[in-house]
Amino acid sequence: MPEISAEQVAHLANLARIALTEEEIAHLTTELGQIMQAVEQVNQVATPDVPPTSHPIPMQNVFRADVVTDDVLTPEQALSGAPERDGDRFVVSAILGEEQ
Amino acid sequence: MSHSDDLIRLSAAELAGRLGRGEVSSVEATQAHLDRIAAVDGAVHAFLHVNAEGALRAAAEVDRARAAGESLGELAGVPIAIKDVLVTEGMPSTSGSKILEGWIPPYDATPVRKVREAGLVPLGKTNMDEFAMGSSTEHSAYGPTHNPWDLDRIPGGSGGGSAASVAAFEAPLALGSDTGGSIRQPAHVTGTVGVKPTYGAVSRYGSIALASSLDQIGPVTRTVLDAALLQDVIAGHDPHDSTSIAEPWPSMAEAVRRADVQGLRIGVVKELDTDGFQTGVRQRFHESLELLERNGAEIVEVEAPNFEHAIAAYYLILPAEASSNLAKFDSVRFGLRVTPQGGGTVEQVMAASREAGFGPEVKRRIILGTYALSAGYYDAYYGSAQKVRTLVQRDFDQAFAKVDVLATPTAPTTAFKLGEKLDDPLAMYLNDIATIPANLAGVPGISLPAGLAPEDGLPVGIQFLAPARQDARLYNVGGALERLLEAEWGGPLLAKAPDLSTHELTATEEGAL
Repeated sequence: MPEISAEQVAHLANLARIALTEEEIAHLTTELGQIMQAVEQVNQVATPDVPPTSHPIPMQNVFRADVVTDDVLTPEQALSGAPERDGDRFVVSAILGEEQ
Repeated sequence: MSHSDDLIRLSAAELAGRLGRGEVSSVEATQAHLDRIAAVDGAVHAFLHVNAEGALRAAAEVDRARAAGESLGELAGVPIAIKDVLVTEGMPSTSGSKILEGWIPPYDATPVRKVREAGLVPLGKTNMDEFAMGSSTEHSAYGPTHNPWDLDRIPGGSGGGSAASVAAFEAPLALGSDTGGSIRQPAHVTGTVGVKPTYGAVSRYGSIALASSLDQIGPVTRTVLDAALLQDVIAGHDPHDSTSIAEPWPSMAEAVRRADVQGLRIGVVKELDTDGFQTGVRQRFHESLELLERNGAEIVEVEAPNFEHAIAAYYLILPAEASSNLAKFDSVRFGLRVTPQGGGTVEQVMAASREAGFGPEVKRRIILGTYALSAGYYDAYYGSAQKVRTLVQRDFDQAFAKVDVLATPTAPTTAFKLGEKLDDPLAMYLNDIATIPANLAGVPGISLPAGLAPEDGLPVGIQFLAPARQDARLYNVGGALERLLEAEWGGPLLAKAPDLSTHELTATEEGAL
């Protein structure tokens, strides 16, 4: 198993959009190493002949008619928890930074 | 014993009987529980939010409907506590996280809608580990819940608030969610009953998702009959949840009322009956099995060789699914928004919001899940964990070919001290060693009190597991064992719990009714 480095944790934090502090990155680097060591035993028994299971109960895909029912949220309800809104729209910060 | 003290100690079924006969009103019963919460929850901290006004209004409406002769559900007028993982109209829903502090959802989760429609009276929202990640409620962003048996100890988790609320007689019923044991392990450490139904038995619509292929909503109660009555209310197909099982369910309450273990084949899982379990936990487990055997059950040993890999598989599958599910907390549509000094792009705002809004365990699992799903590691970790899931399911299939139900101790130890395992994630994860296999396979499980461990006087649970869709078997064996044990004890185990009134802050309110 590859060692987990602080650079890797910083990269993962960026992918997961969490602005971890240097201290958190250092702490998580140690912990992740220990946890991955504990869980990599799954490789001992996961041989090629075993099929993976993604879902506990076998199920068919579920379809419904493509019509709007009467139990959908109103725009007012959907926006009721928005940190910032403009009429019936969510307001977000700039997508691109100045250097982009 | 005052009138209101009497009311809070009734089971939900007994209280429903009194309500139905008009001996007590729902407003009186609800007020008695609100008084109890006001008196003891400062010490227990089972609740994150108490909706006294809404509860009394709902109770008055049930009383009015009853007086008008309208047809009501069996549990109509009975109060219930709701785990904060379920979204509720008119009550904040935080899932134990700062990122959702103060959020009032615009809709009810399906299990919440069903309990409201059945006339149950929601008292408030219960404490939990943040996003249900934990086994002690210590990962709640709002401070831990305390075990009513010993306030210095954990109430289990993630649903420690729901379990403690029923154990402390603050509510006769509660709703919980179980992803790896979050209903059953708290039941074990608080001397209460908890059931994880078959995956898909209860809709997950409106349950703030942790790991979608593992999560299941279920009852948290003091008696097996109460759990059955509540499952009968919340189970059933829901078009809003595509993983919800379409077939109808038999009455679980009937299974309890007709409970009989004559000829029942019970398999003891060899791999979960080891020195790794505390002496008193094993002792009560085996005494329960002997009692069932004397009453006609057949006890056999079964093997489940792949259960030892279940925790490892779980701690890959859960973080992987959680890292994806928690991506929705992006500071745009609801929840916390933190803008960095001097502003920033939407990505920087998201990263700052998630840094400020998530606690350490949530960050740990999101990073772990992101790693397990990243290119180059996916097959080795997530793919392999999914194969272990197949092997665990095969172990269950082989066991259930020989026996009707399986039995294990619910968790390795009795309630440990708050803080004892907080800095050791791997030790904390081991609490769920006996409960995780059921979530990986989607099968139902129950934990009910088996006694007190002689070495520390703390509650011990016994777990039964049944094949998928055979939840009624759990209620049969659970109902029978509860009856046999209570006959031996001379009453329910919770009668031996310490009197929390010494912690009451407002004792003068006693008997206010």
